[in-house]
Amino acid sequence: MSAILNTPDIALVGRGKPTIAKRLRDLPWVPLLLGTIAFLYLTVFLFLPLVTVFAEALKKGVSFYLTAIQEPDALSAIKLTFIVAAIAVPLNLVFGVAAAWAIAKFDFKGKSLLITLIDLPFSVSPVISGLIYVLVFGLQGWLGPWLSEHNIKIIFAVPGLVLATIFVTFPFVARELIPLMQAQGKEEEEAAVMLGANGWQTIWRVTLPNVKWGLLYGVILCNARAMGEFGAVSVVSGHVRGLTNTLPLHVEILYNEYAFAAAFACASLLTLLALVTLVIKTIVEHRLRQET
Amino acid sequence: MSAANYRPYSVLPGFHLAMGFTLLYVSLLVLMPLSAAFIKTFTLTWDAFWATVTAPRVVASYKLSFGASLIAAIINAVFGMLVAWVLVRYTFPGKRIIDALVDLPFALPTAVAGIALTAIYAKNNWLGGALAEFGIKVAFTPLGVLVALTFIGLPFVVRTVQPVLEDMEKELEEAAKSLGASNWQTFTKVIFPTMLPAVVTGFALAFARALGEYGSVIFIAGNMPMVSEITPLIIITKLEQYDYAGATAIAVVMLVTSFVLLLIINYLQWWARRRRGQELA
Repeated sequence: MSAILNTPDIALVGRGKPTIAKRLRDLPWVPLLLGTIAFLYLTVFLFLPLVTVFAEALKKGVSFYLTAIQEPDALSAIKLTFIVAAIAVPLNLVFGVAAAWAIAKFDFKGKSLLITLIDLPFSVSPVISGLIYVLVFGLQGWLGPWLSEHNIKIIFAVPGLVLATIFVTFPFVARELIPLMQAQGKEEEEAAVMLGANGWQTIWRVTLPNVKWGLLYGVILCNARAMGEFGAVSVVSGHVRGLTNTLPLHVEILYNEYAFAAAFACASLLTLLALVTLVIKTIVEHRLRQET
Repeated sequence: MSAANYRPYSVLPGFHLAMGFTLLYVSLLVLMPLSAAFIKTFTLTWDAFWATVTAPRVVASYKLSFGASLIAAIINAVFGMLVAWVLVRYTFPGKRIIDALVDLPFALPTAVAGIALTAIYAKNNWLGGALAEFGIKVAFTPLGVLVALTFIGLPFVVRTVQPVLEDMEKELEEAAKSLGASNWQTFTKVIFPTMLPAVVTGFALAFARALGEYGSVIFIAGNMPMVSEITPLIIITKLEQYDYAGATAIAVVMLVTSFVLLLIINYLQWWARRRRGQELA
């Protein structure tokens, strides 16, 4: 068996007319078989769900679809989703740059512990990410009595949604920037400082331009997760229609009310967001590879 | 935190500002809320804690969550290797699109994945209907949980194995083949050992992710107590009954499990890097 499989290399040297037996043998049956299995697996678990979202969304026609995504509750859910992301993403961006600056450009004890802490939210269940904020800010929580005395609502209100979203998305920018800035070293920044630039000028003119694609990459992923987060916000939201429902939560409510087509219509918007994210991500990855 | 205790001289400014902000942010947003979970658990006596986390319904959910996550991670390890291999070694039309789409489970909101998978495997859909003909019920059974967790974990092994295969020198395989190894021998003796650390890392990441997954599972699972109820859902149910201590007790069990997994994953990544470093050197 092994001898037969190894002859093609020698046969090529001979350059004789390929016999039928050789052609059969040279058929790329292993790649064909492996490729087919891989494609089937991806079809069942990847392409089928993707197509299903749009098929179900358009099941009752385009006009139904357009009405469903313009319904007041849907619109307010879309608005809230944007508001939450617009607060959470910039905060995590600033945090990511600060953490990467401290970790990549300086040496200190406990660095790997800090990196582990930053990675932590990725390994915590979304449900627990919401729960821990209920324990701090909820009515029975640490700050609950004080907050209700001062009439501040965090849990079952927008601030809670923002906090839970910040928690689940905060590693994205930092973990993209840290290895990138570590690999780039600090010579360029040191040169800038020696030439008289102050700290902000150094970051703004030297560091950030160097890491702009990595930064964009982190922000894109952070934003996709911020807009799509379900488990964590579900715990802190209280599901008040038109008030504390983000788009993913609105999808759930519609689905549980058996308004399937409307649920999938709203879900298709989130799916489009995911597809746009993947396109930008692919372009940015290409740029990152070119630069390194 | 003793993080900022020691630092050699550097000409770069801003260490204290950046470090201070980082520590403040991490403490307020991560450490304080997480410690709230552990402190809340101390309001329970040990017996009450133990009774909560070992109640039959909760133990059934551990079994389902662990079992389904484990099987899903194994499926993803096997097929993830295959997909990574096909994407790295073969050229075919649409390759870049498929490559980009592999990350869909990362980008797609979990609730969307959940309702889409439920629709596919519901009895009134062609696939769900066809499977029902053969007596295979997916939606609203533990099998549905497995399908959702497989979807969620799909990218991990592909993405950890891909760079290893890209770095692997083809000469190594050619050498094996010219020394008389069969395709299968080349795979088991040369390719697979090189991939192994990455496969195991991806497997652990997929497993950890699946354990805590909530959004994609609850729609398809049917959520029958003792049968198809995952652990995160029990936490939600207890919260809705205002049983905060009970919810937190189970959350602490899950948190400790995640931390242990995180340590194992960190070790695996270190192992994978070292193996790769040796081979590149």
